[in-house]
Amino acid sequence: MLSRTADNLFWIARYMERAETMARLLEVGSRIAMLPSAHGYRNEWDSLLRASGTADGFAKKYGDSVQRNIESYLFFDRDNPSSVASCITAARENGRIVRTALTTQVWDALNSAFQELRALEREPRSALELSRLTEWTMRNSALVRGAIDATLLRNGGWDFLNIGYYLERADNTARLMDVKYYVLLPRADFVGSGLDNYQWTTLLRSMSAHRAFHWAYGGEVTAAKIADFLILNPQCPRSLMTCICGVQSHLDRLAAEYGRETAAQAQARALRAALEGLTVEEVFDEGLHEFLSRTIRSAADLTSTIHESYLSGGLR
Amino acid sequence: MTTYFNEMYEGEAIRSPYARLGDWVQAMPAELRQMKQAEAEALFRRIGITFAVYGEGGDPDRLIPFDMFPRVFSGAEWARLERGIKQRARALNAFLVDVYGRGEIVRAGRIPANLVYRNEAYEKAVSGFVPPKGVYSHIVGIDLVRTGPDEFFVLEDNCRTPSGVSYMLENREIMMRMFPELFRENRIEPVDQYPELLRRTLASVAPAKCDREPTVVILTPGHFNSAYYEHSFLADLMGVELVEGQDLFVEGEFVWMRTTEGPKRVDVIYRRIDDAFLDPLCFRPESMLGVPGLMDVYRSGGVSICSAPGAGVADDKAVYTYVPEMVRFYLGEEPILNNVPTWKCGQAEDLKYVLAHLPELVVKEVHGSGGYGMLVGPKASSEEVERFRARILDDPGNYIAQPTLALSTTPTFVAEGVAPRHVDLRPYCLVGERIELVPGGLTRVALKEGSLVVNSSQGGGVKDTWVLAE
Repeated sequence: MLSRTADNLFWIARYMERAETMARLLEVGSRIAMLPSAHGYRNEWDSLLRASGTADGFAKKYGDSVQRNIESYLFFDRDNPSSVASCITAARENGRIVRTALTTQVWDALNSAFQELRALEREPRSALELSRLTEWTMRNSALVRGAIDATLLRNGGWDFLNIGYYLERADNTARLMDVKYYVLLPRADFVGSGLDNYQWTTLLRSMSAHRAFHWAYGGEVTAAKIADFLILNPQCPRSLMTCICGVQSHLDRLAAEYGRETAAQAQARALRAALEGLTVEEVFDEGLHEFLSRTIRSAADLTSTIHESYLSGGLR
Repeated sequence: MTTYFNEMYEGEAIRSPYARLGDWVQAMPAELRQMKQAEAEALFRRIGITFAVYGEGGDPDRLIPFDMFPRVFSGAEWARLERGIKQRARALNAFLVDVYGRGEIVRAGRIPANLVYRNEAYEKAVSGFVPPKGVYSHIVGIDLVRTGPDEFFVLEDNCRTPSGVSYMLENREIMMRMFPELFRENRIEPVDQYPELLRRTLASVAPAKCDREPTVVILTPGHFNSAYYEHSFLADLMGVELVEGQDLFVEGEFVWMRTTEGPKRVDVIYRRIDDAFLDPLCFRPESMLGVPGLMDVYRSGGVSICSAPGAGVADDKAVYTYVPEMVRFYLGEEPILNNVPTWKCGQAEDLKYVLAHLPELVVKEVHGSGGYGMLVGPKASSEEVERFRARILDDPGNYIAQPTLALSTTPTFVAEGVAPRHVDLRPYCLVGERIELVPGGLTRVALKEGSLVVNSSQGGGVKDTWVLAE
């Protein structure tokens, strides 16, 4: 497969995953805004903007965090490279470039999402409920994902798509936790208080992991359980463990298919082994923020190794 | 008042190739037609066939209008066309090998030396080089118009990289999906073997140094190109990689592509970029689309380029007038397909005639394409004619003129129902070890009433083109 093709596939996955994360953030934000709480919704919107890495761009364009503007910025705004509209457009454009590496169904899912997006953009904003937009995004992202799983040849292209999905997801999970890390710090005075519970639930919701968490753990919601779930639990579809294992197994598939290993395989294995040897207590001992920053960096390092090994065409 | 040949109706009677379409169109209520039309459009958009017009901006995802009324040829009509097209494709290739070799046709005084050797499209860089199997132009698109039952004229030849074949294939797919009954009732020759024939044609001209199953690729300028859809469509159907210049590099005596498994050797490049952009070391130094060093590999037989660099000299509009001469000179045959009589404004006699008859003539730029920079005398206002007169006088050698042909019409769906509209035809002849022609081509239709300009950039549409089995 052409390196450029693999690179495009990798980015299709990242953009689609990012679009979904944005939609999820919007959903959580609007949920919080509906609560008549003393915590004030503005702070929550600010932290969501920070989590999505769009706070600076937003501040430059709009200033104050007014919900309507945030919605526009995170969903429709083409000036925001991470907005749902930007991500879906970029994913579809990448798909157009590598049409030959996609099945009709995958292309159809990408292209339909884009065509529907253009229809949405023509509708008056007042006619568009936020819930409709977020549900629409998640449905389309699921359609693309489903078409990939159901119809794509299990060759290198499929692996690069999955690697893109997992790396993007790992990055998103780590960032979301990092923005909220302070609520996960076990501080005596807040334990079991209404505030903590509420913040933690928000965090879980933002990863669509709210119900799954209860199924997996039951009982009281505690910081340790949440951190364990989102970092170390291989059952959680968005945990760092799941993402790193996913990347590693697809890299191994590539090595088998191509009959040779690159630096990427070793690096992924090391990352996985480190996570597997870890307990949640150790994470807190290191400092959650420090741990998350380190993880984000390692994921980025792995990404550049994958890029050098497969996507840049520099391999001889 | 000119009368136009209608390919379906002779007065009240229906010509035999269209025999079964009379009932079909009669039986189709307006609502059904609108529904089918909407369905076809949705299919095209979903598949993603769109067409961007250079320099017009606007919607890059614009569709070329598709007319559901098919254009039909009988087997006998096609048999003659096929002989004529293949004959012309052979002569054009013989001409190219000759003018980059000994230049016999020039020495024999059958075509002026200036026209060939001082032509912008003549590539000195390949002079003396004979490409594999002696083929320069592997896909020859010959634009034909019809003026009567047996009168066909060649409007122009396209020897470089004629586009539009994806429409031929998709129009057929969509017609089969929407009107399966038509295909049961009529015996229509298939066209879907084209991609396989193209792949075989390309593989058959692999370079001498290739000692294995050749690796074929399509070289595209990239996804911003208006024909990108076609490039990726053909790559997909042939099962070959669609590459950009940045995906290729030269090392040693070969061309390689960058893959996730390391470099892979490339043997045949079906390029969809112009000569000037192929190799910045040989042609335009600022080109980002090409591959540095490509031409050296090509000339030393390490890779084949299709069409071969330099092929454009055969489809120049000024050289066009000599194609019948080429047929006689190289093949010793009489041309089966006629040229449109052409006046070359560069010649004093012809210029005088052209200037005196401008309102009756079609005037084209020698190097123009896409229906731009042309004058359709009978349709132009007197100011437009005068403006064009000034342009011709400014640079006579840049223009040729032809009589306004009474282009045939075929029934076409329009807002009010069905009406005759003017059409042309572009078949795609494949030249490799063998010469192949699928029975069909791209019919372009001028959707505006009375218009003779069929270019998609100027409001033209497309139709499915049928050849009936005998």
